[in-house]
Amino acid sequence: MASTEIMTLNMGPQHPSTHGVLRLIVELDGEVIQKITPHIGYLHRGVEKLSEHRTYHQTIPLTDRLDYLAPMSNNLGYILAVEKLLALEVPERAQVARVIMNEMTRLKSHLVWIACHALDIGAMTVFIYAFREREKVMELYENISGARMTSNFFRVGGLSRDLPEDFEAKCQEIVDTFPGHFDTYEGLLTKNTIWVQRTVGNGVISAEDAIDYGISGPALRGSGVDIDLRRDQPYCGYENYDFKVPVGENCDTFDRYKVRLIEMRESVKIIAQALKKLKPGPILADAPQVCYPPKESVYNSIEGLIHHFKIASEGFPVPEGEVYQGVEAPKGELGFYIVSDGGTKPRRMRIRPPSFVNLGAIEKMAKGSMLPDLVAIIGTLDIVLGEIDR
Amino acid sequence: MAENNRAVVKLQERFADSVLESKEFRGETTVVVKKEKILEVLKCLKQDLGYNFLTDVTAVDYLGQEPRFMVVYHLYSIPNKERIRIKAPVTESDCTIDSACALWKTADWLEREVYDLMGIRFNNHPNMVRILMTDDWVGHPLRKDYPLQGPDREPYKGRLS
Repeated sequence: MASTEIMTLNMGPQHPSTHGVLRLIVELDGEVIQKITPHIGYLHRGVEKLSEHRTYHQTIPLTDRLDYLAPMSNNLGYILAVEKLLALEVPERAQVARVIMNEMTRLKSHLVWIACHALDIGAMTVFIYAFREREKVMELYENISGARMTSNFFRVGGLSRDLPEDFEAKCQEIVDTFPGHFDTYEGLLTKNTIWVQRTVGNGVISAEDAIDYGISGPALRGSGVDIDLRRDQPYCGYENYDFKVPVGENCDTFDRYKVRLIEMRESVKIIAQALKKLKPGPILADAPQVCYPPKESVYNSIEGLIHHFKIASEGFPVPEGEVYQGVEAPKGELGFYIVSDGGTKPRRMRIRPPSFVNLGAIEKMAKGSMLPDLVAIIGTLDIVLGEIDR
Repeated sequence: MAENNRAVVKLQERFADSVLESKEFRGETTVVVKKEKILEVLKCLKQDLGYNFLTDVTAVDYLGQEPRFMVVYHLYSIPNKERIRIKAPVTESDCTIDSACALWKTADWLEREVYDLMGIRFNNHPNMVRILMTDDWVGHPLRKDYPLQGPDREPYKGRLS
């Protein structure tokens, strides 16, 4: 009789395919996974605690650093929650700009996903190509906000500054060229034997289990659940855009790959529609008690300077109450729950992180599969540790 | 108004003694229930009213008020595309509430986080240990009486906000 022994293997926190500082204690029978215990928290910065000690505007830069691959989605979820508390109407131009940048962010995040996911499985060419395309979106980020990653571009009531003159041309270039690049990725992967063997039937989670584990976003749609907050609970005028919500059938890594690829194509379509709607106009709501004054007024008049100083130092009071705002971030449902007691700082700001909840299902998805498949499962969950640990 | 919401009407019917308050603010419905009945209320919402997706579990610290904590559940109905918020007050002296792990697996990690950062224990939870902070951490950082700069330092007073 051969004796069997369970081997415990430590994976991470410094491991190239754990996408950050994730540590997994994997218990193996031979090469078959029996149990996974994730250890998280290495990147915990206490964003929720910090935000209780800051004014509402001062928290926006903190949200950039949650899911650092999709900063504008985080900004958007947070400011929408504050605007909901204030019952603030945002002008049309700002709404359209938010939609464009939110979809650009989705492209940017999904490009990193496909790059790293393919690299983990051994397809290096896709990594190089996808990062080349991501650079285009990064340039656009830099062009409008001055930063490549931590954009801090949206403000309560609108945008921090108007869009530059060549913004539309740059977006149009992305709209024109990206679908061809997606064809390239599909050509490299979809019928690639190695890719198919590594992803079909890998990390299967049924629709019932996915809902039970609270999975959201592309991972839930890959399991065949037709859900998208942009369509089901529209914000920023998403109800005025025509887009499809892709849904998978086989609940495996390959279907989640297909869902995300179609999502990228749909994002490009949304951007094309939004560019047609982008008309000149105000970029901030008419709410001087909340919004910063225009920079010309701050530099050239004492009233403008005082106005700016008051909002920057004291902040603005927010009516007493509590709201929850969920947005369809690239990783899943990103929610902000803010409780205000009427002051200039929130009593409680809770972030509902999609990566954190999705990672909770990793044992369910990986149990019984081989150790190398775990790398593919981490890739398909598309986690970012900045958001998990907050 | 909250009184017209189907779920609120049903909950008030079935749990007449346990529903403490129901209100609507900015189009969002909130129902406050007694913590002893929280599992039954969540089960009713999940099985009879279609709220099949547990979005979030969190807690708010109202230091100085009694009861001190409020445990907050955000539920979403995928078929009806509706949200509801359920809250249950928890006192500081009896800082426990029943775990929802039997209804949703996602409650496992979310409740561990509430325990870790807010110090509310969940009864019948399969693995009630810290999740973000290290195992030997003392205190619960999201409590209002936990200082921002950490437990051993004087508060920094030189900043406006």
